[in-house]
Amino acid sequence: MNETLDEHYTHEYDVGHHPNYTRIYAILLVLLVISIVGPMIGIRVVTLITAFGIAVVKAYLVARNFMHLNVARRYVTYLVATCLVFMLLFFAGVAPDVMKSEGTQWEKPSWKAAAAAAAAGHTGAGEHH
Amino acid sequence: MSARPIATTRETAGMPTGRLAVWWLIASEIVIFGGLLASYIMHRLAHDAWSEQAAHTSMPIGAFNTFVLLTSSYFAVLGHKAAEEGDGPRAARMLWLTFAGGAIFLLVKSYEWTMEISHGFTITASTFWSFYYTAAGLHASHVIAGIIVIAIVARSAAKNVDLHRVELVGIYWHFVDIVWIFLFPLLYIAK
Amino acid sequence: MAETVPSHGHEEAGHHEEGWVRKYLFSTDHKIIAMQYMFTGLFMGLIGGFFAYVFRMQLAFPGIEVPLFGVVSPNEYNALITNHGAIMIFWVAMPVLLAAFGNYLIPLMLGCDDMVFPRLNRLSYQVFLLSVVVLLISFFVPGGGFAGAWTMYPPLSSIGAYSLTPLGSTLFVLAVALEFVAFLMGGINFVTTAMNSRAPGMKMYDIPIVVWMIVIASILFMASVGPLIAGAIMLLFDQNLGTAFFDPQRGGDPVLWQHLFWFFGHPEVYVVLLPTLGIVAEIITVFARKKLFAYRTILYTVFATGVLSFTVWAHHQFVAGIDPRMAHVFTVTTLLISIPIAEMMFVYIATLYGGSITLNTPMLWALAFIAEFLIGGVTGIFLGASGEDIYMHDTYFVLAHFHYTFFPITIIGFYAGISYWFPKMFGRMMNDRLGKIHFWGTIIPFNLIFIPLFVLGLAGQHRRIYDFTNYPDLAAYQPVRVLATSALLVMLGFQVVFLYNFIASLIRGEKAPKNPWQANTLEWTADSPPPHGNWKELPTVYRGPYEYSVPGRKSDYWPQNEPA
Repeated sequence: MNETLDEHYTHEYDVGHHPNYTRIYAILLVLLVISIVGPMIGIRVVTLITAFGIAVVKAYLVARNFMHLNVARRYVTYLVATCLVFMLLFFAGVAPDVMKSEGTQWEKPSWKAAAAAAAAGHTGAGEHH
Repeated sequence: MSARPIATTRETAGMPTGRLAVWWLIASEIVIFGGLLASYIMHRLAHDAWSEQAAHTSMPIGAFNTFVLLTSSYFAVLGHKAAEEGDGPRAARMLWLTFAGGAIFLLVKSYEWTMEISHGFTITASTFWSFYYTAAGLHASHVIAGIIVIAIVARSAAKNVDLHRVELVGIYWHFVDIVWIFLFPLLYIAK
Repeated sequence: MAETVPSHGHEEAGHHEEGWVRKYLFSTDHKIIAMQYMFTGLFMGLIGGFFAYVFRMQLAFPGIEVPLFGVVSPNEYNALITNHGAIMIFWVAMPVLLAAFGNYLIPLMLGCDDMVFPRLNRLSYQVFLLSVVVLLISFFVPGGGFAGAWTMYPPLSSIGAYSLTPLGSTLFVLAVALEFVAFLMGGINFVTTAMNSRAPGMKMYDIPIVVWMIVIASILFMASVGPLIAGAIMLLFDQNLGTAFFDPQRGGDPVLWQHLFWFFGHPEVYVVLLPTLGIVAEIITVFARKKLFAYRTILYTVFATGVLSFTVWAHHQFVAGIDPRMAHVFTVTTLLISIPIAEMMFVYIATLYGGSITLNTPMLWALAFIAEFLIGGVTGIFLGASGEDIYMHDTYFVLAHFHYTFFPITIIGFYAGISYWFPKMFGRMMNDRLGKIHFWGTIIPFNLIFIPLFVLGLAGQHRRIYDFTNYPDLAAYQPVRVLATSALLVMLGFQVVFLYNFIASLIRGEKAPKNPWQANTLEWTADSPPPHGNWKELPTVYRGPYEYSVPGRKSDYWPQNEPA
């Protein structure tokens, strides 16, 4: 929201400005195929990039073209981005505690047991690293 | 239906009231899913062993459902385009196709869950499965809510009434789609 | 431009006489919904106050038969303190400050005929009412109401065998979750209305501060409550399906709940604080006949507070064994957030400086808010330092601290607001003399309740303990507890004065003119009380809301809608 909005209201977009939806849809399907094929190579880094990198790209394409963030008022993007930033903040504040199996005056018995089992030569886990 | 107040017709922020409200709805949904998924991710990163349990999820089914939701989103946006051009009946047809996508998604999901539960992977099997069912279930409840609203909007759009609502329900549906776009790699691909 | 309010279909009086149920229970009019929220909130306030009375009696006179209740068992005591906390915050502060004043003031102060989504508004109240019903039912199920503290920490909340209230805890979490849903719907309505439906000519900086505050509070609520909604679902599953999200024996993590809760819980403090800050701002400008000092600075300060409020939550968990490095970060952010709040207090005092002050009831409440909230704020700085908090944590010092914030916010804020807007809401003036008696009869005992509790807290008295006489080193302080309880009884007694004044003024108070306080904001240009649709012709705005005592003008106020 800012002051200029009051004065300069015009319709954000009209019919002519739309992207080619069918093309976007085709790109989304291609990306979906890549995200499925990627993990079959079996390299962890490739899996992560194809899975999550492509998820971000797909989400961006949908938000930009189908939800029309590209032509919507800028503050909508800021609004959505702010919520995402708050979630990053949440993750940053919480993960240091939750990801540990013991801390000051506490421990999580089941987590320690699981970690010990993994350390005791569970060979199957090795190939994922 | 009573007349809308004048308040609803004003546009001081430069955007129709309905669309503005849908964006606020999505903002509040982002933090609901965000809180759940952030909790899941930090557990997942702390437990390498979860990849073995995740291996029991069915990637083909997940991929098929991703395809179904992407396609339904495509129909939703075609419906929006038709509504903008003033073609209510076509918008309604597109919305019914979107509705069908949501319904197929739910049918596939219930088949998938039935298979998993019958193999012993219930919600209490482990924390991974608890998160799996909670996250996918929360998403599925949004799909159910979405197709109900889509059906309501499609009925009025067919009569060329309140065509602006086609876009509003579409934006919500795309959001549901995006949530699934992230759930798919989180629950199915990363192993 | 003249926007004439259309006839509102079935709501129009001339159309046909509608039934009482239709008009007051299923109305979509923002003013009626505001009243519904307010009276529901006040009813819950009576329950919350009654609970406080019962457990304070038990603490001062352990084991006695409390009049109107009977002997308090240990688990009843736990249920009483749990529900007192939850009710006062979720079912009194939120509905009264945010929903009631928000619903009433936003359309009137922005010059529109209703909220943008009247039926969503009604649905919001109905879901809220459902949450009230679920909570009330939880008191009467086997085992009684939830007794694991309002913060719902697992395992007390997740395992019925620990709290001894298996069914009560589920209903409690359900009620809280429903309440959140209601306020999400309300919040979307508030924010959308304020963004999109302002009167022609009303720029961003022409919006009255109280509307800004309520809107920012709604945004804070919407952006912070998500993780807790997810957490509530997880907790319900832990309780009823046997999952182990928060059970460290079976792969979960109880600290995760604390984070989910306080990520919402801390911004929530500001969610209820901001509306009261706004109410106070409106009152002090009107009764000091002065322009609000530094309007834009207040806004920027509120934005800063809002953002910072998302970075302080773990100061509630300093003794939970969180990562010590994070504790440092949260100490710094917690101390930082006292700066914008202190700045706001100074700005309010600066507004008073040099004004021609009228000390009537609303103004007294507004001034009392500044004074009492300062005590709450200053004691918070002690608790924000993680080292000191390790000693203070969970003592009565903490308890007294947050009552010094929440009592001014909720109770003083409500009394300030209702005594100021009563003429507009009900079309009659409240009795000022009775109002002052009620004011002093509330403020003095309030301090006599909680200053002793600071002392008890420093002496090491912990919260949530049924009978302190069992502890030799705390038993000697029994007279202090009796003092606090006696003061509470006096304070509760004086609320009868308010109740009498409220009802008597409603029936035979002096008829209120449109603008009894000679205020600038738009709600005072509507009839008292405003009809459905608020104005025959919606107002247009020409200036900011705080043009009091403008040099060179004959009258000392300048309504927003008056053409230059």
